[in-house]
Amino acid sequence: MHIVICIKQVPDSAQIRVHPVTNTIMRQGVPTIINPYDLFALEEALRLRDAHGGEVTVLTMGPPMAEDALRKALTYGADRAVLLTDRCFAGSDTLATSFALSRAIVRIGETFGAPDIVFAGKQTIDGDTAQVGPGIAKRLGLLQFTYVAKIGSIDVDAREITVKRRSEGGTQMLKSRLPCLVTMLEGTNEIRRGSLDDAMRAARSQIVKWSAAEAGIDDLNKCGLRGSPTVVKRVFAPTTRAEKATQIDMTDKTQHDLADELIAAIFTRQPALEHELAFDGGQ
Amino acid sequence: MSNANREAPPSAGRAGIKRELPEHFRDYRHVWVFIELERGEVHPVSFELLGEGRKLADKLGMQLAGIVLGPPGEATQHAIAEAFAYGADLVYLVEAPLLADYRNEPFTKAMTDLVNTHKPEILLLGATTLGRDLAGSVATTLLTGLTADCTELDVVDGSLAATRPTFGGSLLCTIYTLNYRPQMATVRPRVMAMPPRTDKPVGRVIRHKLSMTEEEIITKVLGFNLDRQSAKANLAYADIVVAGGLGLGSAENLQLVKNLARAIGAEYGCSRPLVQKGWMPADRQVGQTGKTIRPKLYIAAGISGAIQHRVGVEGADLIVAINTDPNAPIFDFAHLGIVTDAIRFLPALTEAFTRRLSPHSHDKLAS
Repeated sequence: MHIVICIKQVPDSAQIRVHPVTNTIMRQGVPTIINPYDLFALEEALRLRDAHGGEVTVLTMGPPMAEDALRKALTYGADRAVLLTDRCFAGSDTLATSFALSRAIVRIGETFGAPDIVFAGKQTIDGDTAQVGPGIAKRLGLLQFTYVAKIGSIDVDAREITVKRRSEGGTQMLKSRLPCLVTMLEGTNEIRRGSLDDAMRAARSQIVKWSAAEAGIDDLNKCGLRGSPTVVKRVFAPTTRAEKATQIDMTDKTQHDLADELIAAIFTRQPALEHELAFDGGQ
Repeated sequence: MSNANREAPPSAGRAGIKRELPEHFRDYRHVWVFIELERGEVHPVSFELLGEGRKLADKLGMQLAGIVLGPPGEATQHAIAEAFAYGADLVYLVEAPLLADYRNEPFTKAMTDLVNTHKPEILLLGATTLGRDLAGSVATTLLTGLTADCTELDVVDGSLAATRPTFGGSLLCTIYTLNYRPQMATVRPRVMAMPPRTDKPVGRVIRHKLSMTEEEIITKVLGFNLDRQSAKANLAYADIVVAGGLGLGSAENLQLVKNLARAIGAEYGCSRPLVQKGWMPADRQVGQTGKTIRPKLYIAAGISGAIQHRVGVEGADLIVAINTDPNAPIFDFAHLGIVTDAIRFLPALTEAFTRRLSPHSHDKLAS
């Protein structure tokens, strides 16, 4: 079985700061990580390979430094890594990104064997759109299953797959056919530590690097800014409210006095709440 | 959005709003809102979007349409009536038994066929699990732009201006879809206010056939497990929410938040670091990457108020912040603030609420 997993190198958003004066992102020194949601997908791919045999190819599109993320994925146990990197991809929105990645997946299929499953995380932590996965599926004409909590079963010979996918208010169980694209939910499994062998192999591995042309992309009008129907017109900091919170004075008060005072302040501002609370709460 | 970190995107020449649409897009008209119907219930985000869609349609001098995809029956009829009650002028309906459960294939087919036949200018969907699954497929099939998780929608020079948080909510960016139609956007539940419900007389229903049969759909639904009621955190729609942050110090102290929530009939939640630490499940997270809430009362205990949290709670009518650090950013957007240790204050607050709200139980305790 051949599994392709799409990952993204993202800035560790917990460590991003905004410059207080210029309101621009301060990216210097912010470490990059593999998008955390992608790790659940990677782990699922590795588990399926371990259970059914085959290979896991990890793919990313990004600047040359995205190689670090791929090497990290190799240390977890991925068999092969492909970096799609070309200046013409700069400024890609989700539609252009899904185009480039889908072409690279076609080329991966031609070079290393057609994939049975394409995995991705449910979304990235920098873009948060959850659109690239469905975009790739549509471009490749694959069946798609987003927000998957669990792969139920796979029958490689019968080309069948069952998945449990998150839906509003419950879990949907679906049966479908391979090949397909799956995006994984967070918390579905725990990423392995990776063996020493994997770490050594990762350090030695050649990462496959493809430019747009090498990935078989001849129509550059579908890439980067030119291939992106959406255009970022303005970036700005959210406005702050003029007045700060009304502070409740602590002086000479016990926690109980303070609590009573806070409740009085709440009900002064929201008189209707008192009735609702007495009716619903306090039971 | 790799170019989102600059005031002037590198494509400055291209970023000007072109009003000259390609010829084949010129007859795209009207604002559409997808009425999300899953397992018989309309998701409230659809009504929030109708409220927003109404404003856009009025600005453009266009009509507002609801899109209803569902099986024949009462639930679908109800969804149509509700779409009118929340402001739709007309409803495009695809009614077919195989739209009973959500599957990507028939829903994508139904939606793209509708778009290609009736040509909307703007198409809005809820950023739910269903809406995001569908929106990504539809936009890619139509090769048009899609802007996710918008917090503000407007019309500027006749184009949809979709504003969304970027970089974990620390900045906002305004995005246009130029030269392609429809202009698509998703909005998360509770980001937009619920519009008033009117008893509007029934509007026009335009039916469209689904050109797909069950045999053509490869994916089959084996079953559906409803969440247990107790496991269903209905944070987004709660009237009162109490949430805890790192200031609580330990996973055990989250019990203080739950106790207060129970005493006042509130839902409880937490900030992002607590989910990352595994102290609370992800469906309880409040903020840009968690749930957006609009309660009447929000009590934040030991939460510093990072921008990603702020984005998720700004819509609350009354925000009360409890934090030991007087300089915590949460005091910049809270309405009432107390500089104290939440671990000591929460039990006192729980007791005070209980006393105030149930005078009889207090009398009994006293006697």
